[in-house]
Amino acid sequence: MKKLSENTTDLLQEIKTEAAELPHNKRRDFMLNGLKLTAGTALATAVGKVVAGQENLPPNVPSWQRSLGRGVVSVPYGQPSKHEANLIRRTVEWLTADKIASISMSPLHKMKGIITPSGLHFERYHGGVPDIDPDDHRLMINGMVERPLLLTMDELMSFPSESHIHFLECPANGGMEWRGAQMEALQFTHGMLSGSEWTGIKLSTILQEAGIKPGAKWVLAEGADAAGMTRSIPLEKALDDTLVVFAQNGEMLRPEQGYPVRLFTPGWEGNTSVKWLRRLEVGDMPWEHREETSKYTDLLADGRARKHSFVQEVNSVITSPCPENPIKRKGLLQLEGLAWSGHGKVKRVDVSLDGGVNWQTAKLKGLVLSKSLTRFAMEINWQGEPLLLQSRAVDETGYVQPTLSQLREVRGTNSIYHKNSIHTWQVLTGGAVNNVQLG
Amino acid sequence: MYNLAKNYFKILVLMSAAQGLLISAAYAETEGHYGLGRIATQEEIAGWDIDVRPDGLGLPAGSGSVADGEGLYEGKCASCHGSFGEGEGRWPILAGGFGTLSEGRPEKTVGSYWPYASTLYDYINRAMPFTAPQSLTPNETYAITAYVLYLNEIVDEDFVLSKGNFSTVVMPNAEGFFEDDRPDVRNPTCMKNCKDPSSIKVTSTIAGVTPTEHMEENAPIE
Repeated sequence: MKKLSENTTDLLQEIKTEAAELPHNKRRDFMLNGLKLTAGTALATAVGKVVAGQENLPPNVPSWQRSLGRGVVSVPYGQPSKHEANLIRRTVEWLTADKIASISMSPLHKMKGIITPSGLHFERYHGGVPDIDPDDHRLMINGMVERPLLLTMDELMSFPSESHIHFLECPANGGMEWRGAQMEALQFTHGMLSGSEWTGIKLSTILQEAGIKPGAKWVLAEGADAAGMTRSIPLEKALDDTLVVFAQNGEMLRPEQGYPVRLFTPGWEGNTSVKWLRRLEVGDMPWEHREETSKYTDLLADGRARKHSFVQEVNSVITSPCPENPIKRKGLLQLEGLAWSGHGKVKRVDVSLDGGVNWQTAKLKGLVLSKSLTRFAMEINWQGEPLLLQSRAVDETGYVQPTLSQLREVRGTNSIYHKNSIHTWQVLTGGAVNNVQLG
Repeated sequence: MYNLAKNYFKILVLMSAAQGLLISAAYAETEGHYGLGRIATQEEIAGWDIDVRPDGLGLPAGSGSVADGEGLYEGKCASCHGSFGEGEGRWPILAGGFGTLSEGRPEKTVGSYWPYASTLYDYINRAMPFTAPQSLTPNETYAITAYVLYLNEIVDEDFVLSKGNFSTVVMPNAEGFFEDDRPDVRNPTCMKNCKDPSSIKVTSTIAGVTPTEHMEENAPIE
């Protein structure tokens, strides 16, 4: 054994001494606090009177620096600062009959980067969140397969897995505003949108294990919730990039997101990423269930409806300024936003300050990934003039985000789903921001 | 210890060399197969495979009449959907709305909008009643399905729905759907003087319908 250096020996001795004093922690803290308080008082006296409400501001030493903080594992699973209590999911009560079959929105106005904290991911339930014991959960694969399978979670998670960063969006995002603006906050106009790193097994791997029979064209995904949620997925998508996901942002899925396992169809409307997945059935035609006929179909002005409208086409929105983030000072201002496309990467985002008369190309910030939230930014010099802010995203297929007028012209106003139009924020001279639409 | 590990490694190398051919053959045969899970039994599949398709695949044996459905509907469905399928509060309207799909406020009901009767059977069976999903027998599900069809004047009051006659039920809006044909709009990427500024009309938000209590007051700018 190598001889310890003198410094290391000294350190070990110090730790030993400290450990020996542990039972006397209270007394020690008292003494330390006493010393610090004395120092603080001396400082305050030296610089003069302390103004009420500014005790923690320079030249004073803030209170949190004059006493010891919490130790490790005082909060075994970390929580956001109590000062961020406003950073929460919210719902609009009148949207649905009951919270058990409803939706909540992510606070996009406060979020940074392209990953949504799992606890802030928007929620959508049709029969509430089931409380599933993973040991009692099974994934069944049946229908047009050589070997109908039953997998435990342990067996499922033994397949090779991969992780991808993708957005997830409800196709009804923005759907309350086909007829006119009525949501006075970004959280409600665009908050049925989140981004995560998803870890799972390629669905193709699992289907290959079961052996797909000739003639198969569709896969039915079924949830283990009270709604028994089902969606028909074309085999082409199932064998492309669809994942059977068990983890989100580095930990097992949250119950709200389908614990212990969900389907994930990158770039497609959120409802097809069936949560609490219990069964996959292979077949030769779509099942035409409730959520792919009565719901999640796009009614046009002429009374016909578009079905199997799976892809979330390119979309974008300015997240600052926005109604929740008014402009607070004149001068250089960092305009920021999010863009995303279910067809691939965001290629470009243009920003207009004058309601779409003139456009400038914004800078894409950070990672630009396929079917992922993408940040854009632009610096503007604001001198108090009114603005009509818009963003217009273009994806790698060349598809350009349309105006609301263009969408209404071909679809009418009864579509509910897939409203990906250019959004307008009106900035008033005082810096307040309103949600408006342009005629 | 060290020598043992080294010898063990040597043995492995020798074994691999000797059995190289055999190992590759076995790998090729099982490539893409991990041998995970087990074969699901017919009984297990029967318990979970509850889905019904438009061609009738998945329908169980059984039948139910409009008359039987009326009583079941009153007891298990009407408190949310209304006695005539008119919907209570914000719960779904099930009946009526014919001819409204191209109007300003379309009423999308089972009768006016749903393209397949199989969807109704499947959904009632898997998700209804809302507070007791998967509690109905096949006969009860057939009867309630028949009654909701009757509320929409799709079948007569003496109709008995069964696995045998299911395919004879034709929904009024069966031809009302078409496959995704997007992109349906093409926006040119104009950059300068894209429209006449005087043509811009700003429509404001309807105030008072959004929860805004969490939003901070805007600080006035001097």
